[in-house]
Amino acid sequence: MNKMEKILDELRFISTHPKQQLEQYLAAGKKVVGCLPYYCPEELVAAAGMVPFGLWGAEIQVSEAKRYFPSFICSILQTTLELGIKGEFDRLTAVMIPILCDSLKGMEANWRYGVKKVPVINVAHAQNRKMQAGLEFTVSQYRKIKKQLEKLAETPITDRAIAVAIKTYNEQRGVMRRFLAAAGKHPELISFADRNAVVKSSYFMDAASHTAKVRELADLLEQAPESKHQGPKVVISGITADYSGLIKIFDDCQIAVVDDQLTQGSLRFRFDVPLTADPIVGLAEQIGQIEGCPVLFDPGKQRGQMLIDLVKQSEAQGVIFVQTKFCDPEEFDYVPLKSMLDKEGIPSLLLEGDKQTTNYEQARTAVETFCEILG
Amino acid sequence: MAELNKQEIKPAKIRLKEIAEKATQDAWEAKKRGEKIGWCASNFPQEIPTTLGIHVVYPENHGAAIGAKGGGQRMCEHAEGLGYSSDICSYARINFAYADLKECPELNIPQPDFLLCCNNICNCLIKWYENLAFQLDIPLILIDIPRLDAFECDQDRIKYIRAQFDDCIRRLEEITGKKWDEERFKEVMAISQRSSKAWLKAVDYMKYVPSPFSGFDIFNNMAVACVARGTLEGAEAFEQLAREYEENVKNGTSTFKVKEEYRVLFEGIACWAHLSYTFKTLKNFGINVTSTIYGPAFSFLYQNLDELMAAYSYVPNCNIFEREVELRVKDAIKNKVDGAIIHMNRSCKKWSGNLYELERQLREQAGIPTVMFDGDQSDPRAFSEAQYLTRVQGLVEIMAANKRQKEEQNRE
Repeated sequence: MNKMEKILDELRFISTHPKQQLEQYLAAGKKVVGCLPYYCPEELVAAAGMVPFGLWGAEIQVSEAKRYFPSFICSILQTTLELGIKGEFDRLTAVMIPILCDSLKGMEANWRYGVKKVPVINVAHAQNRKMQAGLEFTVSQYRKIKKQLEKLAETPITDRAIAVAIKTYNEQRGVMRRFLAAAGKHPELISFADRNAVVKSSYFMDAASHTAKVRELADLLEQAPESKHQGPKVVISGITADYSGLIKIFDDCQIAVVDDQLTQGSLRFRFDVPLTADPIVGLAEQIGQIEGCPVLFDPGKQRGQMLIDLVKQSEAQGVIFVQTKFCDPEEFDYVPLKSMLDKEGIPSLLLEGDKQTTNYEQARTAVETFCEILG
Repeated sequence: MAELNKQEIKPAKIRLKEIAEKATQDAWEAKKRGEKIGWCASNFPQEIPTTLGIHVVYPENHGAAIGAKGGGQRMCEHAEGLGYSSDICSYARINFAYADLKECPELNIPQPDFLLCCNNICNCLIKWYENLAFQLDIPLILIDIPRLDAFECDQDRIKYIRAQFDDCIRRLEEITGKKWDEERFKEVMAISQRSSKAWLKAVDYMKYVPSPFSGFDIFNNMAVACVARGTLEGAEAFEQLAREYEENVKNGTSTFKVKEEYRVLFEGIACWAHLSYTFKTLKNFGINVTSTIYGPAFSFLYQNLDELMAAYSYVPNCNIFEREVELRVKDAIKNKVDGAIIHMNRSCKKWSGNLYELERQLREQAGIPTVMFDGDQSDPRAFSEAQYLTRVQGLVEIMAANKRQKEEQNRE
């Protein structure tokens, strides 16, 4: 097994065995805080000496969560709640739940009544995030969160510790940007499944450990000879594309994902936290700088122009929208974004993903046809 | 002469209907005069456009009206043809269809020059208005009111809302050329308080047994609470409504025309496309709606500017869950309900996301039986008459058994 394969194998394992990873942190005496989508201030958790742990659902069937959520709430939240109710997260110190979509707004109470052992930390971001008042509001919420974390960690969080955490996370962002760019150029070495595993493992590892491994991967990829991959080149857009059935189809069709606009994916790493005298201000400023995300207020639909730019810069032939079933922010965005792509003559395909879906054969036919169109 | 004046007074419900229609008509006329008019979210702080003398219309009300007049499915399908998922809020789908078609046989509203959005009831509105702004290429102003994480609205939120309030005024002055007048603002606030208090007083008459009015009247009358809360006509019409209900209590009459056998809480937005069926089914069993969240929660009471900002965060769906429960439990107990009928509204992920837990807490804290049915505010396809009937029958059986038990206990 070569070096790249060895690192990938490790990250593949972590991305598919989060519970084992969690147990390891707990066994080492670490406190772990669950972070639901989207944009939890993980740096504050790290600055408190705790480990942030991403909770983006799992590919399981839902039964208990149906006592709380109706069927038309997305499976990311349904399956996260399911695992919570079944006690899988009982040893978490807390969970952070943002309110950036309507389903998340309902998650907080459902969690409190369904998963009584794990307290909730509310995370409110300003949607008017480019206004000074919006920035100040997000800062005020982060300060409130900081106090809650200090209590749970039983230690004060210093500005210095936050600044160190920001530095660590910005380093991870930079390294991940390098990896994602290089992975896009080397689909013969990094399948979409592996690209997803590298991203996903970042949610279950402390930032420094993850960065160290990905840096090695990026180094190796940047040294690799130019790819002779012949498959179609696409950009993927959506909240997440972490649906194993769809991932397998992409790889079976030899699709090269040359870039992505996934909230769970590259958007996590695309924008550094600005370095500011008060580090919490920097954390809040970052929220104002993020573009391309369906759950953050985007009055000019910059997300569409950004997608066009990503396609052009990466020389992709088309776009695949992976829409999470019942995710209305994505469902709303799809119509204007598609029209913007159409105007530019960029072909696109819409696929639907769901954590509970086990059969994607219809999607396979659609992807195969799309690949033929792309030529 | 006095007799003539008496005859001239129209019933409040007619006045309210006319006020709602006039608001749309005024917007049409303003548009014709070349003034800039807006489309506005239902729980946007109406004090701003009212003070500025800007005319706005409400796509949510428009969606409800189109749904009630039978155009919901046609408009939803048109939006689906534009690429919108059938999982999206039906008010939004109807509005996208209207923005595309520019007219419909049910009710026309003028096209907007700007958009006023407020996400206190749902974030869906943000995406909806973003899309409209893109589609129509017009300015969008958002007042972001983050869902509360405590029972009371905190100072951080108040400060944030206030700053957006001021920014909105500045931007609207730029867009419309109209000027903000503090004196007029005070007047609008005073009128809005008068309307809100009159509305609260009117709906409070539901506590009487039997109720002096049919609870479904609220679904129609609340439109004015939305579109003309800051107008003198609106305030006067609500005051008249309260007087009429008071009169009904004195006379032992009611707009609910059959014997009130049972009293229920109706949870959720009405199924506008099936309003008649949902109402008549209840009426056939002698069930009157005597509690809805639109009673206590759509009043926007405040004494000062800070409280005005906070008031817009106490709307349904913006509160912390426990406050939502308390509002309903208090109203259910005060208004002596025998049960609750809960609408699992396919359009509204926010409202529906906590309904199962709300139902459990309502049963426990108010001590009442409940049933839930599937439906949608304006897309008729998500509702089944048979399911609704069966659920209501089930509730009636329990309420009847409870009633018998109570009567037996009283005899003992």
